[in-house]
Amino acid sequence: MESLGVLLLHPLDTYLEQELDRRCRLLRLWDAPLDRRGEFLLAHASSIRAVVTGGGSGAGGDAALIDALPRLEIIACYAVGFDRVDLTRCRERGVRVTNTPGVLTDDVADLAVGLAIAALRRIPHADRYVRAGLWKANNGHYGLTTQFSGKRVGIIGLGRIGLAIAKRVEGFGCPVSYYQRTRQQQAYPNYTYLPTVVQLAADSDVLVVACSLNEQSHGIVSCELIEALGPRGVLVNVGRGEHVDQPELVAALAEGRLGGAGLDVFEAEPDVPEALMALDNVVLAPHMGSGTRETRKAMADLVLANLEAHALSKPLLTPVV
Amino acid sequence: MTPAAAGADAKPLVLLSQPSDSGLTPVMEGQFRFVLAADADAATAAEARVLFVPGLRPVTADLIDRLPALELVSTISVGLDHVDLDACRRRGITVTNAGPTFSVDSADYVVGLVVAVLRRVAAADAHLRRGSWATDGDYPLATKVSGKRVGIVGLGSIGSLVARRLAAFGCPVAYHSRAPKLPPCPYTFFPTVRALAADSDVLVLACALTEETRRVVDREVMEALGAGGVLVNVGRGGLVDEPELVRCLREGVIGGAGLDVFENEPDLPVELLDMDNVVLSSHKAVATVESIRGVLHTVSGNLEAFFAGRPLLSPVAL
Repeated sequence: MESLGVLLLHPLDTYLEQELDRRCRLLRLWDAPLDRRGEFLLAHASSIRAVVTGGGSGAGGDAALIDALPRLEIIACYAVGFDRVDLTRCRERGVRVTNTPGVLTDDVADLAVGLAIAALRRIPHADRYVRAGLWKANNGHYGLTTQFSGKRVGIIGLGRIGLAIAKRVEGFGCPVSYYQRTRQQQAYPNYTYLPTVVQLAADSDVLVVACSLNEQSHGIVSCELIEALGPRGVLVNVGRGEHVDQPELVAALAEGRLGGAGLDVFEAEPDVPEALMALDNVVLAPHMGSGTRETRKAMADLVLANLEAHALSKPLLTPVV
Repeated sequence: MTPAAAGADAKPLVLLSQPSDSGLTPVMEGQFRFVLAADADAATAAEARVLFVPGLRPVTADLIDRLPALELVSTISVGLDHVDLDACRRRGITVTNAGPTFSVDSADYVVGLVVAVLRRVAAADAHLRRGSWATDGDYPLATKVSGKRVGIVGLGSIGSLVARRLAAFGCPVAYHSRAPKLPPCPYTFFPTVRALAADSDVLVLACALTEETRRVVDREVMEALGAGGVLVNVGRGGLVDEPELVRCLREGVIGGAGLDVFENEPDLPVELLDMDNVVLSSHKAVATVESIRGVLHTVSGNLEAFFAGRPLLSPVAL
């Protein structure tokens, strides 16, 4: 794929960038200052056939970008979430889209369960407490939290990641329930399907968001759902910030209407509301669900493999469109 | 044995080895008469058949020998390294502990620490709260939990629950115990802690602190564990050569640690406070409402059984 002109929208991963540079004709959008991006795209439009983008707030793939690249053939997402890509426009233009499912399933599931335990058992809080000298100052005292094992776990979205989460929490004797748009054709005898997400929240002690972001799931963690989850409930979000009514979530946590949270994603990353940073009943993570050396390399290799398949007119490995 | 004879106060006498700050005794105060051992007059000391240990301050041979009628030492902890067991053995005194009450919470906490160390959950949370995500960018990449080889020192009540949990994360589990477990134990046995460490990415300490296990994690074990390996300790600080641990972390001999216990709590080596690859915790692996409720049930059950002449709930083989 040496002749494939690839536009990288923002820095993602050193290894990925080096490989793209070595194997393709790489252009970096951030080489142009913000106010000259339009000119940059115009100047290079005739050579850009592929775009590589990520999954965080800086990601792109909207209609404006697609329209600015008349020779665009493929958008490869270095992420499993492709919510920032305008799929309708891609279908209209015949632009292919790929993502990186599977390779990051374990990491996201590991972190989701880790965040749930960290929130319920206040692990980062204890770490801060000790580092601040408070354990010594309080004569070796620390307060009580609540047990994780046996807590009812509700999962929004029983896809690859949701199933991996379910498998892990079963090891703790946690009963698992789930909600998703379409009830699975295959039954999961160990897991209870609930027909509405609010019912799921009412029946859960720990509620995990593990679904993709689309029109139906936008804001799915609403005021009503938060109220149903309640003052002893814990929300874990490893999906997208836009799954949650963030101002409502922050208020509910600060006021004790929601018991706690483990959050890996936010509305406008890397900005996180100050009010959250002051709370001890939340665990905050800087969008690191897939943030391991092993997984990011596997994701990069999958992006490269999809681009190569496209360049050789072979079937794409993990197409979305 | 019949309960204490009728008198002004018919409630059976229980001596306390230290003041109880865990709120247990007010609940049991309706059933028993608690007297602090240090405050007991000669008559009370001579009469006392039961010593309740509501904390981790040492229970010395000296104290035990001042109580000629002592028959039972009952602790709220599962660990007994703070009790002079030789003195108990010598006097034929029975000892009860928390039994398996704390095992679930301890095992859950181990898993929480494993994920927190490998995925840098505590350090990344601190990075974010400092404002560094906005100014300095993403937290550096961590390492995967799934598939890491887990080595458990002590496959008892806590260790076996840890094994089940981490197996569900796709981690192969191996262990070291005094003797291999009978089949159908699915985990691989290693005859020494060093051999276990050499074959592990995560070394979990879930065993009791005894003369045999004191400083079982030494430089040799840590070198075997290696630069990519992490240590997780919810047992006792005394299981680890603590100054050597600090050196090994500083030098990169091991990759990180999750530590709930230390040799001299609540003091800990100041060098640890600057390390990002360490998760520090305030001896709280069992600090849950459920565990405290459970141990109260066990302790009062043991005391009731003792005074009624029934079998004890959680006697420990000395």
